[in-house]
Amino acid sequence: MGFLIQLRVLLWKDLLSELRGKELISMMAFFGLLVLVIFNFAFEPGSAEAAHLGSGILWVAFTFAGVLGLNRSFLLEKESEGLQGLLLSPVDRGVLYLGKLGGNFLFMLLVEALILPFFALFFNLDLWLLLPQLALVAILSTLGFTAVGTLFAAMSAQAKSRELLLPTLLLPIVVPVIVAAVKSTGQILEGRPLAEVAQWLKLLLAFDLLYLVVSFLIFEYVVEE
Amino acid sequence: MDWAIQVEQLTKSFGHLLALRGIDLRLRRGKFLTIFGPNGAGKTTLIRILSTLLRPTAGRIEILGMDLRDAGEEIRRQIGVLSHQTFLYNNLTPMENLKFYGTLYGLDHLKERIELLLEQVGLEGRRNDPVRTFSRGMQQRLAIARTLLHDPQVVFLDEPYTGLDQHAARMLEGLLGQMRSGQRTILLVTHNLARGLGMGDEVAIQVGGRILYREERGKIDPASFEERYFHCVEEGPAWDS
Ligand SMILES: Nc1ncnc2c1ncn2[C@@H]1O[C@H](COP(=O)(O)OP(=O)(O)O)[C@@H](O)[C@H]1O
Ligand SMILES: [Mg+2]
Repeated sequence: MGFLIQLRVLLWKDLLSELRGKELISMMAFFGLLVLVIFNFAFEPGSAEAAHLGSGILWVAFTFAGVLGLNRSFLLEKESEGLQGLLLSPVDRGVLYLGKLGGNFLFMLLVEALILPFFALFFNLDLWLLLPQLALVAILSTLGFTAVGTLFAAMSAQAKSRELLLPTLLLPIVVPVIVAAVKSTGQILEGRPLAEVAQWLKLLLAFDLLYLVVSFLIFEYVVEE
Repeated sequence: MDWAIQVEQLTKSFGHLLALRGIDLRLRRGKFLTIFGPNGAGKTTLIRILSTLLRPTAGRIEILGMDLRDAGEEIRRQIGVLSHQTFLYNNLTPMENLKFYGTLYGLDHLKERIELLLEQVGLEGRRNDPVRTFSRGMQQRLAIARTLLHDPQVVFLDEPYTGLDQHAARMLEGLLGQMRSGQRTILLVTHNLARGLGMGDEVAIQVGGRILYREERGKIDPASFEERYFHCVEEGPAWDS
């Protein structure tokens, strides 16, 4: 039971810290929206082209915001020199990983929820009825993305060129998750039934599990030199 | 016997660089040892290995009779580390920082314990202000409270004076004196001869990843120790031998 209390207080610390500063969320949302705005100029809103490319654009925005957030996530620990503080406490490294993952997952999901209305607005889409399906895809994809992302963020937080290192390491590995996210979001936006999307969702679930288990197991070796 | 720290033939390499070259070190429970050494001597590396943050390349280490390799988590429960880094969260208040760490350690009566410690380090009036508004000296005092929160048996101090002004440094010295209550063992590493020579039971000199000298503090006089120190630093093993 002890680890649940530890997990809760790890999350509490990240959320409270972010609530006070709001730096992470606002920066992530800003860059995500920037991507949308740029693409909004590139395509005629409401055109068939835009609808077709919409899911890709949305996930570029999410991914961009996510990478930024991950880069910052251990920087918070670094600024407070907290990663060492955390590593010095009698907490299983796996629990530290899950605590950090929980924060990253929630932050990214929140930013996605902030970006989505602007996406609907810019691309002239009525998303109300599709919200449950989109939420399911977002949750599954974001979990896979942040599961690996948290591991790599910890790894690159130790390295010098961390801002570059993270995307170069992370993006190739999460390609399956992003492809599945784009495909399933596209099908949902086209109004296809969930049953048709199911194969992509199963793929997402499989990658989530794989990434979670592997990252959980190797986190310890990443943070201890 | 009753050893708090036992280190045998400890080496650590970072790639080609040998940061520690065969450290042998024993410290009895309740003793206070200060290791002096110039920059790059491997002092921080030694502390980071002893506090389970860094894996040794070779050697045997026991803390409080427990093998470092298989009792990491239990050892972490019994040790406290204070360095010039504070390990605090700037957006959180002292109460919140200590509550966070105290919960990770699973401490009982946490609230009372926090109140007591904040009083001891003279921060009870600032308990609800974010740490980012604190001076360096106040942050370091809070870091002391954080270090002692779980009543550690062994305390490691790595350059705790860095960045403190005279007043804050003197206050820290007083707090370090109080730290020695009970059977607490203290290992301090520093390059600061002026600060470190005034306390502790024993002193040692580390240069180039080796411990070259060790003596009881009562048996040395500061002037000749200083001479010996600079001699060791100049004559010490070259990096690329
Ligand atoms: N993580 C690391 N990677 C590579 N080299 C390191 C690392 N940590 C320390 N060193 C090197 O090991 C040597 C000892 O460093 P350190 O233990 O910090 O010395 P001190 O604390 O005595 O000044 C230095 O040459 C330093 O550059
Ligand atoms: Mg050092």
